[in-house]
Amino acid sequence: MDWLSPQEWQAVALSLRVSFWATLCSLPFGIFIAYALSRWQFWGKQVLNGLVHLPLILPPVVTGYLLLLSFGTQAPLGGILQNLGIVFAFRWTGAALAAAVMGFPLMVRAIRLSLDAVDPKLEQAAATLGASPLWIFVTVTLPLILPGVIVGTILGFAKAMGEFGATITFVSNIPGQTQTLPSAIYAFLQVPGGENSALRLVVVSLVVAMSALVLSELLAARVARKVRGT
Amino acid sequence: MTLSVSVKHRFSGFDLDVGFDAPAGVTALFGRSGSGKTTVVQTIAGLLRPDAGQVLVNGKAMFDSATGVWVPPAKRRIGYVFQEGRLFPHMSVRHNLRYGAWFAKRRQGAASFDHVVDLLGIAPLLDRRPAALSGGEKQRVAIGRALLSAPDLLLMDEPLAALDEARKLEILPYLERLRDETAIPMIYVSHTVAEIARLATTIVVLNNGKLLRSGPASEVLGDPAVPFPLGVRGAGALLTTQVVAHHDDGLSELAIGAGRLYLPRINAVAGAQIRVRIAAQDVVLATRKPDHISALNILEGTVADVREGDGPGVMVSVRVDGQTVLARITRRSRDALGLRIGMACYAITKSVAVARDDIGISGG
Repeated sequence: MDWLSPQEWQAVALSLRVSFWATLCSLPFGIFIAYALSRWQFWGKQVLNGLVHLPLILPPVVTGYLLLLSFGTQAPLGGILQNLGIVFAFRWTGAALAAAVMGFPLMVRAIRLSLDAVDPKLEQAAATLGASPLWIFVTVTLPLILPGVIVGTILGFAKAMGEFGATITFVSNIPGQTQTLPSAIYAFLQVPGGENSALRLVVVSLVVAMSALVLSELLAARVARKVRGT
Repeated sequence: MTLSVSVKHRFSGFDLDVGFDAPAGVTALFGRSGSGKTTVVQTIAGLLRPDAGQVLVNGKAMFDSATGVWVPPAKRRIGYVFQEGRLFPHMSVRHNLRYGAWFAKRRQGAASFDHVVDLLGIAPLLDRRPAALSGGEKQRVAIGRALLSAPDLLLMDEPLAALDEARKLEILPYLERLRDETAIPMIYVSHTVAEIARLATTIVVLNNGKLLRSGPASEVLGDPAVPFPLGVRGAGALLTTQVVAHHDDGLSELAIGAGRLYLPRINAVAGAQIRVRIAAQDVVLATRKPDHISALNILEGTVADVREGDGPGVMVSVRVDGQTVLARITRRSRDALGLRIGMACYAITKSVAVARDDIGISGG
């Protein structure tokens, strides 16, 4: 990979790491929230739905600033987490948190759509066969929504790779720590003679984003075929 | 096994208030669409929690609004065969069948996999996915899946309603085998008289969310009061007969006491018990024994009841050797013949009027 300079490579590697953890850690929450929104009737459902979708609508800078207010070292929540040894501010973990929050609505939407398409009658049938609610989810619901989960995961990952505004507001732009791929492109464009570096990273971004989309489509179609048994 | 049900439930514009006991055997829940049949079975299975009532299986409460008892469906040991099969599309037939068995593996008395596969004739389908099955095959697999979950009770909610006539005829013999070869009691929901006449030992008739009549199958189907709220077209009494002989001209001879019925060839050995439903509208009555008539089946009996409805017709029940034949004739004919209770008369029907799905192997 000598066509990328060490700093460029560092940004790519950091972005991959940030996106990987952001996606992996938000996936269980994404499935849970999607399930709650799709299947349960509860007080405050619309509020929860709004909160989940807020990062999609708000300016990313606002989301980043809200994260800073909540999870900064001076913030109450950030202070509590710091005592537990979890620090987000100006660390790559913070970049991951910002990426997770920004990718979350896309992930939840994709999973919820596939959950809405699962016939609750199949889950009822599983119950009459002796399956507890947890077993029903693991053996019936989850396999049937797998295509949606895959699409949601990859969309979330792609969004995390491209996240810029919230990340730079929340954790700044520290090379090797919080300088993800988009932050690096931005940084290169700020210095004279940085256009070539920026261009190379733009190519990397394009390749990653396109591959993620194509991969998700192919994988989802394949799993869907398998699930339907046709 | 006994099942005791009472359900009170209010939907928008519809009140359900039904109570009945189901003894061992096949209990048919019968009524028009919208009479509350499905609500009753969903209550038994625990898929619906009614406003009030009680469901007792072998005296054990599954639901009791008075004491607040509610057993979740997964713990009820009640198998449910749905109208649309509801097979899991992501599993092979084999895994669908094993699904319930897996949760029931610590239970006693589970039917063996091979036996159920053989009983339902689904061995060639085991490695297929539900998407590759025909409607009839799906229903057989759904029945097998429910059986293998080792249920104390099997609910069947119109399992044949989504199938065409040919498929129905394909599955009915399997259901008869199920009734006769397994000890699991069944609640069978249907709005088709022919199906019920073949399968049921007990019939519970629902009408507009209320219990209309319940009792042994031949008694309920032979009751001239039952047909009017349900539509007289479907009315017809159930006769239990014995195969006497098969003749060279393609007819089988059946005995009902001293009387004889000649029906198109039936697949049963001589001596076998056969139940035959004779539609009331296919029966002609005569007060003198007719001769020079093409109809082969002439049963001698006495008029037991004459029931008037709103229309121009009357329903006449004729006792023939302890069983009942229903005949739907006009008031005009009744008056012309002077039919009165206790009179001797002849019930006449054509051999070809009895459809294939009106003939079944008799259970019990």
